[in-house]
Amino acid sequence: LTQCGLFCPQNYPLYIRSVPTENELKFHYTVHTSLDVVDEKISAMGKALVDQRELYLGLLYPTEDYKVYGYVTNSKVKFVMVVDSSNTALRDNEIRSMFRKLHNSYTDIMCNPFYNPGDRIHSRAFDTMVNSMMMQVC
Amino acid sequence: TEVCGAKRVGYFGPAQFYIALKLIAAAQSGFPVRIESIKNELPLPRFMALKNDTEVRYGTPAEFHGVKFQVPHANLEKNSYKRTDEGDKQEPKSPPMSPICSPPASPSTYQRIPLSYGYGKARSGLEQQHGAPYEVRHSTHQQDGPSSGNYGAKSALTCSTPNRSLSVEREQQDSSTQYSDDPWRITEEQRDYYINQFRSLQPDLNAFISGSVAKNFFTKSKLPILELSHIWELSDVDCDGALTLAEFCAAFHLVVARKNGYQLPETLPETLLPEYLQAACLKPMRDCALFDSYSEPMPSSQQTRDLGRAEKSSAEEVPDNSPLLQDGKKDDKQALKVSTTLKSIPKEFQHLTVKAAAQEPNALRARPRSRSYSSTSIEDAMKKGEEPPTPPPRPQKSHSRASSLDLNKIFQQNTQAVRSGWLPPPPPALPPRPSVSQTEQPSEVELHPQMNKPPSQAEENSSAKKEVVLAQPPSKPARRKLRTEAQGLETPELSPTINVTSSLPAVKPHLPVQKQSSKQKRAIQTAIRKNKEANAVLARLNSELQQQLKEVHKERIALETQLEQLRPVTVL
Repeated sequence: LTQCGLFCPQNYPLYIRSVPTENELKFHYTVHTSLDVVDEKISAMGKALVDQRELYLGLLYPTEDYKVYGYVTNSKVKFVMVVDSSNTALRDNEIRSMFRKLHNSYTDIMCNPFYNPGDRIHSRAFDTMVNSMMMQVC
Repeated sequence: TEVCGAKRVGYFGPAQFYIALKLIAAAQSGFPVRIESIKNELPLPRFMALKNDTEVRYGTPAEFHGVKFQVPHANLEKNSYKRTDEGDKQEPKSPPMSPICSPPASPSTYQRIPLSYGYGKARSGLEQQHGAPYEVRHSTHQQDGPSSGNYGAKSALTCSTPNRSLSVEREQQDSSTQYSDDPWRITEEQRDYYINQFRSLQPDLNAFISGSVAKNFFTKSKLPILELSHIWELSDVDCDGALTLAEFCAAFHLVVARKNGYQLPETLPETLLPEYLQAACLKPMRDCALFDSYSEPMPSSQQTRDLGRAEKSSAEEVPDNSPLLQDGKKDDKQALKVSTTLKSIPKEFQHLTVKAAAQEPNALRARPRSRSYSSTSIEDAMKKGEEPPTPPPRPQKSHSRASSLDLNKIFQQNTQAVRSGWLPPPPPALPPRPSVSQTEQPSEVELHPQMNKPPSQAEENSSAKKEVVLAQPPSKPARRKLRTEAQGLETPELSPTINVTSSLPAVKPHLPVQKQSSKQKRAIQTAIRKNKEANAVLARLNSELQQQLKEVHKERIALETQLEQLRPVTVL
C-alpha cells in the first residue's frame, strides 16, 4: 500500500499517510482527485445504504501506475487507498479488510471524548495501526 | 504557569527534604497538595535550580548510612547556593530539617515527593537514605524538575486531602509492598484517591464515567488536549467511549505521571491494564462491601485472590473470568481444562484461574470489536471493580442429603445476587468432576438449554452425589454465557457416565459409588432413591432458576435499551 487517506464529509483531509515518503505530493494529488470519483459514486447510490458492503466503493479507477480504492462510512467520512499496480497480490478481500480495520480504528478515535470530529487525527494508536497495515502490504 | 510556580515551590522545598527524608512518594504522588499550604508551610526558599542537578549530587553521596546527615548539610550548602541565585531567603536546612523531623508538620512536602521518588521508595527504616539513590535513579526518568510540583497542579484539580500525608508513613509500608521502580504502578493511596475521584464523578463505582464527563474532568488537569487524547486512547481499553473504574484509574494515573514529567507510553503499561487494575481496585472496593454487585472479576490476580480467600469454587471463577465474552472457544478451553481435572474444587479453581488468565487477554482483545454487542459495556462495568460474588456455598463436601437445604441457601444467594446485580454470581461450585465431554457447551448465551439439562440428568444419574452436585450448578443460574454454567450443568450430565469409575467421591463422603463395589444392590437402590429426591430438588430449582433467568433477561434488555439511548449522547 502506498498511501492511505481519510477525508471528512467536507472533503478536507483528516489524515494522509504514505509509506514511501518520496513523491508524496503526487499521491496527495491522486487522493484528492479520487475524492471526486468517490463523491460521484456516493451520489449515484441514491438512498442511504446501511449495508456495510456498499460502504466499500471498490476500485475507483486504475491508472497506469496504481489503483485507487474507496470506502465511505455512513457519516460520509471517506477513506481512500492508493496501491501500487505492481502489487498484484492484493486481492479485493484484502482491501476490504484493510478498510474495515481503518473504519474500526476510526471509530476508536471517535470514542475518544477529546477528539473533535473534523480535527486532524493525531492518534498514535491510529498511526501505528495504519503504518503496520501499510507495511504489511508492501 | 502559576501552577508551575506553585509546583516549583512545593517541589523544590521537598527536594532537599527528600534527599534527607526520603519519604516514599508513591503515596504522595496520589496526594493532592494544596499549593497554599505548601507555600505557607515550607520555609524552603524558592530555588528554581534544576532539581535534577541537586538530585544527582545528592544521590551520589547518598548511601544508606549517615546520608541523612550528610545530605542535609549538602542540601544546606546547595540550598544557600541556589538561594543566592534566587535571592530568596536563606533558610538553611534546619528549617527544612524540622519539618522533616515532624512529618505531619509539613505533610505537603512529603506529598510533593515526586512520582519517581515515590515509587518503589518503600524501604522501611531509614527513609532518608533511600531518597538519594532513588533520586539518582529517578532523575533520569524525570524530565523536568517540577515534576513533583505537578502534584500541586493535581491538587488544584481536586480538593486535596492533606490528611493523606499523615498516612505517609503507613503509605511507605504499603508502597513497599509494591516496591518497584516502575512508575506505572499504582499504589494503594493513589488508588484510593482515584477511587474517590471516581466516586465524585460517578457515585456508582460499578458504572461508567461517560466520555464527556471524563473529558471535562481531565481537561482540568491542564494537559494539552493531544496528550489527554492519547491518555484516553491508552486507558480506554475496550474503546467504548466510557471509563470504568479500572480504566479511570489508569487514565488518572497517566495524567498524574504526565504532569510529573513522565512521557506517556505508547502502549498501556502492564500494571495499568484494566484486568490488573480490577484486581487492585476490587480489593479496596471489597472493603466497601459491594456485595450487591456481582461482577465477573476478570483479572487473574483477583482470581488468585479469590482462591486464597475462600473455597471459591472454580465454577465461580470461571464465570468471573469469562464474563459475557464471546467465545465458545474460551469455554472450550476451560471445559477441557476442567474436564481434565477430576479434582477437588480448589484444584479446579486453580486450573480455571490459570485458564482464565490466559483467556482474559483474549477476551479483552476480542471484546473491543464486539461493539455491536450492546451489552458489552455494561458487562464491562459489571465485571470491573466489582465485589467478587459472595463466596459460593460451602464446597460440595458439605453437601449431603441435606443438599436441598444448601441448595436453597444457594438459591437465596442467587436471587439476591440477581436482584442486586446485573450478573448473578457464578455457580456456587463448579462440580468437582469436570466432565470430559463438556466441550459441547450449549452456548454462552442461553441458560435454557443448560437449565434443561438438570432434568435430563436426573434420568441418567445413578448417584445421589452427582445429583447434589448437579443441583448446585443449576442453583447458580447466572445469565452467564459462561461455560461455567455449561460446565456445571454438563458436569452433572456427564457425571452419570463417568459415575461408576469416576473418582469424584472425594467430595461426597457418602458416595454410593464407592459403596457399590461392596454392597452393590443395596447401594444402587439407595442411590436410586436419592436420585429421585435430588431430581425433585433439581426440578424445583430448575423452575426457579428459569424464573430468575427471565428476570435477568428483562433487566438486561432494559439496560441494553438504556445503553442504546445513551450511546449517541456520549459519543461525539
